[in-house]
Amino acid sequence: MSKPKVAFYWGASCGGCEEAVVDLAEDLLSVVERVDIAFWPVALDFKRADVEALADGELAASFINGSVRTSEQAEMAELLRRKSQVVIAFGSCAQLGGVPGLANLHSREAILECVYQEAPSLVNEERTVPQLATHVPEGRVTLPSLLDSVRTLDQTIEVDYYLPGCPPPVPLIGAAVTALVEGKLPARGAVLAPDVALCAECPRSATKPERLLVKGFHRTHEVVADPEVCLLAQGLLCLGPATRGGCGASCIGGNMPCTGCMGPTSRVLDYGAKALSAIGSLLDSNDEEEIAALAGEIVDPVGTFYRYSLPASLLHRRAEPASRAGGSSS
Amino acid sequence: MPEAELERRFDPRIVAFFCNWCTYTAADLAGISRMEYPPGVRIVRLMCSGRVDPQFVLAAFRHGADGVLIGGCHPGDCHYQEGNYKARRRFELLRMLLRDMGIEGERLRLEWISASEGDKVARVCNEMTEQIRALGPLRLRAAPPRAGRPSAREAAGEGAGEPVVEEPVGEAAR
Ligand code: SF4
Ligand code: SF4
Ligand code: FES
Repeated sequence: MSKPKVAFYWGASCGGCEEAVVDLAEDLLSVVERVDIAFWPVALDFKRADVEALADGELAASFINGSVRTSEQAEMAELLRRKSQVVIAFGSCAQLGGVPGLANLHSREAILECVYQEAPSLVNEERTVPQLATHVPEGRVTLPSLLDSVRTLDQTIEVDYYLPGCPPPVPLIGAAVTALVEGKLPARGAVLAPDVALCAECPRSATKPERLLVKGFHRTHEVVADPEVCLLAQGLLCLGPATRGGCGASCIGGNMPCTGCMGPTSRVLDYGAKALSAIGSLLDSNDEEEIAALAGEIVDPVGTFYRYSLPASLLHRRAEPASRAGGSSS
Repeated sequence: MPEAELERRFDPRIVAFFCNWCTYTAADLAGISRMEYPPGVRIVRLMCSGRVDPQFVLAAFRHGADGVLIGGCHPGDCHYQEGNYKARRRFELLRMLLRDMGIEGERLRLEWISASEGDKVARVCNEMTEQIRALGPLRLRAAPPRAGRPSAREAAGEGAGEPVVEEPVGEAAR
């Protein structure tokens, strides 16, 4: 029997997910033994035309990382969807929008203006901005367009499975590939990670007080954290209570609080709202002014609670400026 | 007010989460006493203001609310001791988050209203309606539907999701 064909693709991402695949190390070799890699832009020299030449459904699976920000990424996602039996959203950017998703705090126009006109490090005297098509002596050259907002993969194409994490933990990748090859994937739509909160697998959970209240938060550079004690109990903003486990509490192992890359458990609709709720309930005060002051210590609530998930959130992106009075209701 | 003007007037939709023991009872009282407040205020009764999950507030905005009002018992009076303090703590964070998401402070309000303060329900609802009317409708861009969720789609009995195509940027910047 011929080996199943798989593809890897990256959208708006940092390259860390690719690194995680390489981190399979020797296991990668056994993966390579069991599958044929038909497309992997970061490592192999196959082109889009090679994917187009495949029959529909010929790929057993596509692992797509990164969020979707450009027309090219959307087209590639659609192409791979057509060619694949199974599409796996790989990493928090594909699953929830990821760090690039924070761009949904700004309009596309403002981003282009900042990057090409205003950035302090910029030298652009002719005020050149990217054009979809430009005529040069050699002919007409084109660029993909920037979509209006950052989208998750499943806001673009149908997705069968999700591998969460920034990047996904190596053991979970290995388990997913094995399940794929052995035909043991769970019901479609599943997140391929344990469905419990991180605190449940955290080695410090025994030191997390039953009823935890916090008088203010420290930022990580302001304190040297005790390496044994629950970080939240030390006033560090650890999102473990709201985050899915499965990473082996790796940040906690490095004495850093969890920032939530594994996303929500299956019972949560909006990760940021849930994390905000969990943290808000810990503020140790009943006094309105003091509560406001404690909350004010969290300087960037969107970046804190939606660091990996703004595009997947209920609000999806920043609201438009209000139209002002009198306007008719729509 | 002339009819044409009435037609054009923006009537804000406000979702009001009221606790069963104080504020909802007060709203009942306001009704029995024939006090007037705008019909755009839609009341949802919860057992306690501490039950207001921030997800409810965001879902209300997502589904068309121009404002969200949370009403609970006065400090010290919560039927469940501490629910209203919990509501206050989350509210402060949520307000900051909404501000950064471009949703003005006037669109989220928390009020302590006891069972006997029917007049306060009417006053707060009227005030908030006027403030939001002055701001205009909340303008949230529709999120692309999750083409992706096979489970959701199958549950809804739909076929394969149409890929969502957004208008690409015009000539990149101009
Ligand atoms: S809050 Fe953070 S440090 Fe504390 S038990 Fe949970 S994951 Fe571990
Ligand atoms: S501890 Fe949190 S941020 Fe770190 S890898 Fe695990 S889920 Fe991600
Ligand atoms: S019962 Fe009214 S606020 Fe808790």
